[in-house]
Amino acid sequence: MDAILLQILNGLDKGGAYALIALGLTVIFGTLGVVNFAHGALFMLGAFCAVAVKAFLGFEKVTLDPENLTAWGTASEIRQPYIESWFGEFGTTLLNYSVPVSILITIPVMLLIGIVMERGLIRYFYKRPHAEQILVTFGLAIVAQEIVKSAFGANPIPQPAPDAARGMIDFGVAIGFEAGNVVYPAWRLIYFLFSTAIIAAVFAFLQFTTFGMVVRAGMVDRETVGLLGIDIDRRFTIVFGMAAVVAGLAGAMYTPILSPDYHMGMDFLVLSFVVVVVGGMGSLGGAVAAGFMLGILQSFASMNEVKNILPGIDQIIIYLIAVIILLVRPRGLMGRKGQMEH
Amino acid sequence: MSILSVENVNKRFGGLQALNDVNLEIEAGTVHAIIGPNGAGKSTLLNCFVGRLEPDTGTVTFDGKSLLGIKPHEINQTGVSRVFQTPEIFGELTLLENVMIPAFAKRDGAFTMNAWGSVAGESDMYQKAMDMLDDVGLAEKSNDIAEQLSRGDKRRLELAMCLVQEPKLLLLDEPTAGMARADTNNTIDLMKRIAERGVTMVVIEHDMHVVFSLADKISVLAQGTVIAEDLPENIKGNPKVQEAYLGGAHL
Amino acid sequence: MKIFEMNKSDAILFLCFSAAILAGPILLTPIGAGYPDLLQKFAIFGIFALGFNILFGLTGYLSFGHAAFLGVGSYTAVWTFKLLSMNPIPAIILATVVGGLFAAAIGFVSLRRSGIYFSILTLAFAQMSYNLAYSVLTPITNGETGLQLAQSDPRVLDAAFGRDYGAVLPSPDFFGISMSGYPGFYFCAIMLIICFFISMRIFRSPFGLMLRAVKSNQNRMNYTGLNTRPYAQAAFVISGMFAGLAGGLMAVTDPLAGAERMQWTASGEIVLMTILGGSGTLLGPVIGAGAIKYFENIFSAFNEGILMNAFSFLPESLQHLAVGITSLFVGEGWHLTLGALFMLIVIFLPGGLMEGFNRIRNRFLKRSGDGSGGTADTVPAAAE
Repeated sequence: MDAILLQILNGLDKGGAYALIALGLTVIFGTLGVVNFAHGALFMLGAFCAVAVKAFLGFEKVTLDPENLTAWGTASEIRQPYIESWFGEFGTTLLNYSVPVSILITIPVMLLIGIVMERGLIRYFYKRPHAEQILVTFGLAIVAQEIVKSAFGANPIPQPAPDAARGMIDFGVAIGFEAGNVVYPAWRLIYFLFSTAIIAAVFAFLQFTTFGMVVRAGMVDRETVGLLGIDIDRRFTIVFGMAAVVAGLAGAMYTPILSPDYHMGMDFLVLSFVVVVVGGMGSLGGAVAAGFMLGILQSFASMNEVKNILPGIDQIIIYLIAVIILLVRPRGLMGRKGQMEH
Repeated sequence: MSILSVENVNKRFGGLQALNDVNLEIEAGTVHAIIGPNGAGKSTLLNCFVGRLEPDTGTVTFDGKSLLGIKPHEINQTGVSRVFQTPEIFGELTLLENVMIPAFAKRDGAFTMNAWGSVAGESDMYQKAMDMLDDVGLAEKSNDIAEQLSRGDKRRLELAMCLVQEPKLLLLDEPTAGMARADTNNTIDLMKRIAERGVTMVVIEHDMHVVFSLADKISVLAQGTVIAEDLPENIKGNPKVQEAYLGGAHL
Repeated sequence: MKIFEMNKSDAILFLCFSAAILAGPILLTPIGAGYPDLLQKFAIFGIFALGFNILFGLTGYLSFGHAAFLGVGSYTAVWTFKLLSMNPIPAIILATVVGGLFAAAIGFVSLRRSGIYFSILTLAFAQMSYNLAYSVLTPITNGETGLQLAQSDPRVLDAAFGRDYGAVLPSPDFFGISMSGYPGFYFCAIMLIICFFISMRIFRSPFGLMLRAVKSNQNRMNYTGLNTRPYAQAAFVISGMFAGLAGGLMAVTDPLAGAERMQWTASGEIVLMTILGGSGTLLGPVIGAGAIKYFENIFSAFNEGILMNAFSFLPESLQHLAVGITSLFVGEGWHLTLGALFMLIVIFLPGGLMEGFNRIRNRFLKRSGDGSGGTADTVPAAAE
């Protein structure tokens, strides 16, 4: 029982990331009618926002200390981040909390990237065939990841979680298990809560604002909404920008769990597409449900007990599920007939 | 002898009863027009003949075989061709290719792996397609790309694509909609010639001029029910039809 | 009469193509591509692109998982070398067959959906194959190290014919002719010519016409009595066989197989080759494959030293700037160029180089008073 609970917990953070990316893909596909193969790249760019913030905060002042000699007889170096020398205690805290702090930077940066992407490229592809949309955004994804590679190098760059969230939480105790049985890294729990909060915010936004109402109407029937005289173009830009922000935040907060490298976006993109397909193209609820479901299934499949029976299942479980679901329910779990079909 | 018989067909879309106990007998070798106000269920009925829709209850029998539960391409292979309201053609291909494809389908069946032959070497098929294009007056344009045709020409092309298959039953969904008068008359002439060859036709049409110049028999559909079925000369005077169809005005 | 014309022009095209390929070592020397390793790549990726084009160019189904078939072909060929014989003939036959079988299985599932769903499904399958090759299937694929020949391999056919390689690691040979260097290229070149011929026959056949109909209007096909699924499935299997053959030839010229060949970036590359040349045209994909491999070769070879020389005519500060910018795109940065190229082609020339050629030709014809212009938009149909 506790083992099962632990696996469910283990799947939640990954599931949260899948759900956030899949949500953006669905909204973009639903409203703009564009298949965005660059959405994984947005996730990756968000992660590198966190890397950049950390690097920026961590600029060090190097002073030589002639009193202290190293083994080679040279003056030893004292390295101190500028931010600490300027702000003292506060600077240290800031550096420690670089990942959460980076959210403040990620939001405007990703919004800008999203808007530029939509205005500069995507909007010219609204009326073009899906194949061309896929190809052009695929090209864009390669360009984005190669730029990141040349700026940050090819190796993963570890991003520590804040000290306070670095430990483990004995989660089981809180719900009546014995101590030490359900121990869970704190940051993963934070990530799960964070992703749920974002998902809730997105749904609330779509449900309770006029803007959200127009977007939802646009997902059901784009042409009619256009006929109502609503300036749909400007809203599309904002929708795309927001989807970019959501993907970026998902990426930035994920960095303590997975050290970001330039191709992480592609890895997540493939899985997120599978999530979208499983959930049902065009269904927001489906995207979220399928994201968490596949995340949890993946963590179950990587249990040793399961792997012993079905070797390699952890590598392919998601694809396998996708294939089965598409064969049984071609429109995905929550896809509706006639939506997103041609 | 009836070639297509429709018995007690019902079709429901949510709360809307689109077809309500429809019974229809189409005599072989006749032109049968189905008329009725918008939303009467005419296109729904046609869709039930070609496998695009499946009736909830009832039977559709063509030439002694049920058309229910089989796929559109299988229905076509039994000898039913359909012309759509908005022409369904192969837009990127030439007119000649557009007509050769159905000719191949007729000769080779639903799937044949003829990957080694040459389309250009199929002189029989080529001749057949060219004759057909000539018949509908599109022979000079045979190497044009279909998408670039005018709407009227596209309809004629689609008609040629259906006719080259020598169907036993030809279904036409508003074949003259949106056509200029001269074009309409050309189409009527063409359809008369087709009818003379003994092809059974079911025509859905709004244009009464077309209906009365072609039809051997007319069925009137209103709110999913056949309210009248008679010879053209009798239909005009049928009070039920006038009531339902035109709200009492004379045809 | 019309038939003769067609056949004659096709025959000329085929002869020119064959001559150009066989004369490749001579023709391509002036541009620095006249050496066997690169020529082999041209031929192999030419075959791969020809096959992909039969699926994507004709039926319009965009597969994002074709590299999987390439990888499967390579593994099959290496295993054939290990178990049967070092002769490349059994290896490429089996590679083609296994590639085809694999495609039949994946196609059977993926073709249940069309459009984006199909692309995503093929992508998922390729990724699944890649993951499997790295994990559970390690006994077959030898995981990250890649599958290699060993001196102790059984090679039953060779043994049966009394062929003994002694104490050295054997390499593929065609009845005594080693498959590296120019002989390897000519082996691949002949395969490419055969594949081009097959592809040409398919393009001109009723089957090819049906495939183009699949791309154009599946609805009309159904109501015309044609079953679209087997046509798409057949095209998928044929293109899988071409990919399997290409993978087999990779192993023939360099007998090892690794999973990285199956990665989805490799699938993306084949898409790029096809659209760069012009999808749906006969020659385009081969040209696209050649162009990408050629530029990959040139661009990745660049380093800072060469760039400094190239920009030495500039004042020093500008020289550094120019080198700094261009070095992003060459050497390690080749993929950046590839991505940018991808975007530029899709944005400005979705018909590929063949459309570009035709546009230029049409403009030229128009200027010289010939009124036959205006057919540039119909390039895919007018594949020459």
